[in-house]
Amino acid sequence: MNNIQNVSRRGFLKGAVAAGTFVLGARLVPEPLWADILNDAPDLFQPGIFLSIASDGTITIVAHRSEMGCGSRTALPLVVADELDADWSKVKIDQAIGDAKYGDQDTDGSHSVRSFFDQMRQVGATGRVMLITAAARKWRVAEKECTTEPGFVVHKASARKLSYGELSAAAAKLRVPRKEDVPLKSRSEWRYIGKDNALFDLPDIVTGKATFGMDAKMPGMVYASIEHPPVLGQKIKSYDDKAALKVRGVKQTLTIETFKPPHHFQPLGGVAVIADDTWAAFQGRKALKVNWDTSPNAVYNSDQFRKTLESTARQPGKVVRNVGDVDAEFAKGGKIIEAEFYAPHLAHASMEPPVAVAEYRDGKVLAWAPTQSPQAVQETIASVLGVKKEDVTCHVTLLGGAFGRKSKPDQVAEAAVLSKQLGKPVKVVWTREDDIQFDFFHSVAAMYMKAAVGPDGKPTAWLQRTAYPPIGSTFDVNAKYADDEMGLGWNNLPFDIPNHRAENGPADAHVRIGWLRSVANIYHAFAIHSFADELANAANKDSVQYLLELIGPPRIVPLKAEPDEQEEQKRYPLDTARLRRVVEMVAEKSGWGKSPSGKGHGFGVAAHRAFLTYVATVVEVEVDEKGQVQIPNVWTAVDTGTVVAPDNVRNQIEGAANFGASLALLSEITVTNGVVNQSNFNDYELVRMNSAPKHTSVYIVESDAPPAGVGEPGVPPFAPAFYNAIHAATGKRIREMPLSKTQLV
Amino acid sequence: MIRFTVNGTERTYDGDPEMPLLWYLRDIAGFTGTKFGCGMSLCGACTVHQNGEAVRSCSVAMKELEGTSITTIEGISATGLHPVQKAWMEIKVPQCGYCQTGQIMQAIAFLRQNHNPSDQQIDEAMSGNLCRCGTYQRIRAAIHQAAKEMA
Repeated sequence: MNNIQNVSRRGFLKGAVAAGTFVLGARLVPEPLWADILNDAPDLFQPGIFLSIASDGTITIVAHRSEMGCGSRTALPLVVADELDADWSKVKIDQAIGDAKYGDQDTDGSHSVRSFFDQMRQVGATGRVMLITAAARKWRVAEKECTTEPGFVVHKASARKLSYGELSAAAAKLRVPRKEDVPLKSRSEWRYIGKDNALFDLPDIVTGKATFGMDAKMPGMVYASIEHPPVLGQKIKSYDDKAALKVRGVKQTLTIETFKPPHHFQPLGGVAVIADDTWAAFQGRKALKVNWDTSPNAVYNSDQFRKTLESTARQPGKVVRNVGDVDAEFAKGGKIIEAEFYAPHLAHASMEPPVAVAEYRDGKVLAWAPTQSPQAVQETIASVLGVKKEDVTCHVTLLGGAFGRKSKPDQVAEAAVLSKQLGKPVKVVWTREDDIQFDFFHSVAAMYMKAAVGPDGKPTAWLQRTAYPPIGSTFDVNAKYADDEMGLGWNNLPFDIPNHRAENGPADAHVRIGWLRSVANIYHAFAIHSFADELANAANKDSVQYLLELIGPPRIVPLKAEPDEQEEQKRYPLDTARLRRVVEMVAEKSGWGKSPSGKGHGFGVAAHRAFLTYVATVVEVEVDEKGQVQIPNVWTAVDTGTVVAPDNVRNQIEGAANFGASLALLSEITVTNGVVNQSNFNDYELVRMNSAPKHTSVYIVESDAPPAGVGEPGVPPFAPAFYNAIHAATGKRIREMPLSKTQLV
Repeated sequence: MIRFTVNGTERTYDGDPEMPLLWYLRDIAGFTGTKFGCGMSLCGACTVHQNGEAVRSCSVAMKELEGTSITTIEGISATGLHPVQKAWMEIKVPQCGYCQTGQIMQAIAFLRQNHNPSDQQIDEAMSGNLCRCGTYQRIRAAIHQAAKEMA
């Protein structure tokens, strides 16, 4: 069924744009005539976008995904512009508000381009066909005699051309062609896709004009800083704001009720200091005295919890994948190798802390926020304030980093709650301390690995168990198993081993758990690829050669797929040929094996598929006599299918090496009696220019496979490749993240 | 009454003398290109120039401004782009972009002191500026390129 229509012809956007503007919408719902589609296929994926061409030639493309630095706000409009044959320099981008008519707007899971690539092509190509039709009618020539060049329809035979702006009014009157009558460009005809294009917002970013959430303003707004309960779930017993109210610029204090479990994305609760500016609000907060009630989460001590998790990981858990019979193989005796791995909580620590502006008026809410998910803002505010979702308007600013944190809009709901009490717009600004202490934390995790090894050094059986508090605990207080995280590198081991079992054990959550860039892939890849390297060492084999042997011959790995995963699995089968290729590529580019490891100098390798992208990384380390570690080089080969913006892919993968270096070397969140011990960049450390990898080289596999994820997949292989390099350099096997927990000398 | 200039324009201030310059710039004067990241001089997102030298505006109190001149990212070039900004664009440094104005202000002040820096000197000069997206290698390359252009 054709699902693109000329909405201006039907007056859909009447009043929204100037008359005569050519507006093209894709799957714009809800819309009366589309009801049949909705009824026929209630599960239909219904993202929406539209483009409009004004008579002055300005092309406006709606970006319905959030921009947090991964580039989708540029990449998707670029795809539309390419198929439209637009002049990119004349394109304006409109950031969409949160609205179900756009379909999924939750910008996470590295899926903006892969989920919307085909649709954006279709939108652009449909516009192009209609502009050609409009020109052909004007010239009274056949459509097939017409072609386009950026911004123009051209009739070569008569040397005539008309700009898209000149044609927009006529095109607006046309019927939308059927999908089968809309030719897409061949890959060789792409002008922008696959070429090096800059981020749309680059000029504004380098001049300080870009508007992030921190920069959003509303007339008459006041500023708020909130003292949150130190332990998750605590309520206010009493509080004393006398000193706070004496602080210059402080107007008043207000309370926010503590959420009722499950916490979902609700406000944590607490005491808000309202002031004339951010600084006064911060100062007033320092002068507050709050007595907190108790919370069952005060029992949480991450040191003790580690022991619980490790013990769980040693026990049989829920089987999430089973091939052959590992128990029978282990029972045969022979060489058995076991290992345990542990990874701590992490905080997202995006450079822009959580922040939002919101105004409640007459039962409606208007918000400006750096959010990955404007529809989650609508839903959360609607649920917290008891208003209709449609009555919450959420504008999306640029995000100063996000990494999954800003999918959760608790701070936007705080602003709305306070605005309702105050009757004026409120800007809520979290301090860095708030950000680090009250995050939705990346989970702690314990992994237990066991292999039986044959005479050739290859495993005949491989058992892996993992245990950690699941993200599902955000939505369900009883969630103990990480069902949703198993696909993140645990139930899809791509190794050629006759007997294999993957298990997951139960765990309780006592802090908010959330997804952080590449999520469970981080600790899963850490355990799997550290263990693989350990087996290679035990077999006295080269790590790259051994890894290729583990991956085995080129094949499609048979995996179970839930009904909602089958389409994706068909389109993106787990193909070991592609995994082998990135390993071989990174080995070649890094000069693997040419420089011997040992004596404080070493190379390590890991290869992992995440978000449907195949990534192999080689890390080089130097360890001096004091145990100080330098990373002279990181080489990464990536096969992410069709690439829209290659330089952006390189930038993302380079960034992933630095993100990976932070968590592999330095970062750790610990909790004592339910209270997070870290608070700012002095004790929650990230790599800086002098501790980051010196050089990062990225190699992209040329591919015409469907596009896959880019923002996250570079992260998981870094830590194991790095630790394997540490082992090669020093003989020390790292079983615990981050490296700072291990004395190297 | 404290008197100083921001981007060449004279200003006066008689509010809380302890207020950090950062919040004056952002909330009162409207120069939002200067970013809040940590409030403790740990990340460099708020870097501006005081009398031409890079300072963390989150840790400079308004009372310390008397008679000084402040330059923010908005005032770095009256005509088009500074060579450092140009290099940032050519190398395509930014990802999310939030820390980049602070990085650029730090780099400009550094290049005034050192016209031909080594990798190591750049690393030392820039290690107070965090980038969570991880653009350090591009920042280093852009500083080299800007140094060449400015030579």
